[in-house]
Amino acid sequence: MDLTLLMYLIPSLIMFGCGVYGFLTRKNMIAIMISLELMLNSIDINFVVFNRFLFPDQYEGMFFTLFAIAIAAAETAVALAIIINVFRAVKNVDINEITKLKF
Amino acid sequence: MDYSQFLLMPQEVGLLLVFLLVFIYDTFMPQRSQRALPVFTTVLFAIYTAICFVPCEVGSAFAGMIETNQATWAMKNILNVGMLIVLMQAAKWTNEEFMRVRRGEFYELLLLTLFGMFLMISARHFLLFVIGLETASLPIACLAAFEKKRYESHEAAAKYVFTAIFSSAIFLLGISFVYGIAGTLYYNDIATMIIGQKSTLLVVALAFVIAGVGFKLSLVPFHQWTADVYQGAPTAVTAYLSVISKGAAAFSFLVIMAQVFGAAYSTAWEWMLYAVIILTITIGNLFAMRQHNLKRFLAFSSISQAGYIMLGVIAANTLGMASMMYYVLVYVFSNLAAFGVIAAIERQTGKTTTDDYNGLFKTNPWLSFTMMLAMFSLGGIPPFAGFFSKFFIFVGACKTGSVAVYVLVLIALVNTIISLYYYLLVVKAMFIRQDDCAIPTLKSSCGERAAMIVCALGIILIGLASCIYTSLTEYTAAIANIFSQI
Repeated sequence: MDLTLLMYLIPSLIMFGCGVYGFLTRKNMIAIMISLELMLNSIDINFVVFNRFLFPDQYEGMFFTLFAIAIAAAETAVALAIIINVFRAVKNVDINEITKLKF
Repeated sequence: MDYSQFLLMPQEVGLLLVFLLVFIYDTFMPQRSQRALPVFTTVLFAIYTAICFVPCEVGSAFAGMIETNQATWAMKNILNVGMLIVLMQAAKWTNEEFMRVRRGEFYELLLLTLFGMFLMISARHFLLFVIGLETASLPIACLAAFEKKRYESHEAAAKYVFTAIFSSAIFLLGISFVYGIAGTLYYNDIATMIIGQKSTLLVVALAFVIAGVGFKLSLVPFHQWTADVYQGAPTAVTAYLSVISKGAAAFSFLVIMAQVFGAAYSTAWEWMLYAVIILTITIGNLFAMRQHNLKRFLAFSSISQAGYIMLGVIAANTLGMASMMYYVLVYVFSNLAAFGVIAAIERQTGKTTTDDYNGLFKTNPWLSFTMMLAMFSLGGIPPFAGFFSKFFIFVGACKTGSVAVYVLVLIALVNTIISLYYYLLVVKAMFIRQDDCAIPTLKSSCGERAAMIVCALGIILIGLASCIYTSLTEYTAAIANIFSQI
């Protein structure tokens, strides 16, 4: 069976959708972070697949993916550090606990 | 590799040098001279800013990934001036005891975010733009969390970092679709590949790109994080976030819209932006009216100001670009004046609500005078610079000649009048209302005083010095080719 472009793209978009859903509904900050990682990873898949199937004679998409992975790692590091800070302040990682600033 | 290409990006290289010197000072100097670090950084940055005003070579480097032209040169200089004012205001605050071990980090992160913004402005390739965007936004999350003892600071940082990552994910999805259609990430090549194509996927990608950058610019409906982060973050960081980061994002947004999507999709993005601008200006204004905390109030005011800056994008001509840069320049001075006063008062008394400012004129006439100038300029009252910047940006938008844009300018004008109400509320509190327990007479530090004087002079003089606007129009006329296809 031949693998086509869509067979990669559709799972990747489903992954992105799951990430958005998780970001909007989860209450635990670590779970939100995982959802964000899902979104970023699905974008990496997008780039690689487009490069491999549509433009196989160049590597721009592959390079973009490498950089995107590095950026995602940096983002996770910063976000986790901030989550630890919040945990120290309120002894919890539930986003319902950090609602002091509003309106 | 041809190292002479680095000569085409003198401002970035200079900024990295400043960063390295600050880093070396922070790491190797003995503890007793660490208190001089703020002064060292500010003086170094002032020298660097002055050197940057020397006109630089024009051209593109690194296989066309970076482009330096007169407009990017001028925009970076505007940001440098704003950064210098922020550094002057922050000097006293960073010398406080709880900042002792983290003083150097504050300045290093601040300089690195500015470097990221320079990359965004100069980038002509989406990879470099994304790297610049992340370099600009991630350290700001760390800076927002800087006051370890204050709970609000953590909350602001958490809210900022999640929205920043979410928005960059949305933006990257848009870019991945663009790559799938065009097969390249160079701005110019994408424009030539997609010309004549009418694909729905590209419109979706365009919407994602607008949403991603809209988060950075805090345009409605992507503005929810703004007020919380502005209120919670340390005031120096808030000032930086509201002015410098917004100016850089607006400029690079205009370049992307004109150069990448201008050829084939100008109608699509103009209508998207049309709705976004009306919402941004109106909702920013309406929410600003009901704020009592001054930092929150300035957050909503800056949301509505971002709507005015976007008028320069929708104009999509050289005049619009020049007006936008001029608007950012004036906005730097007026908003930083307001934040300078708020920071000076907050540092010594901890008070940030409008009611605390009752009777401020009796006790602190100079602080209230600076605040009054800032509010008049933000509201657009004639002799001050804010009037001229609003005037030019309306003229730039009207230059397109379409009826829809005339209606948009009319809505913006009505909103200017509404905004006067809440700007003058602050002035009224300071000058007219009396209070027996008003804030006592304060003594500002040298840096704060110098920053306020610079801001006040800027507000008064920039509107009158017409040569600034004229030279900005000349700079943007030199790169008129990016608008040629619209």
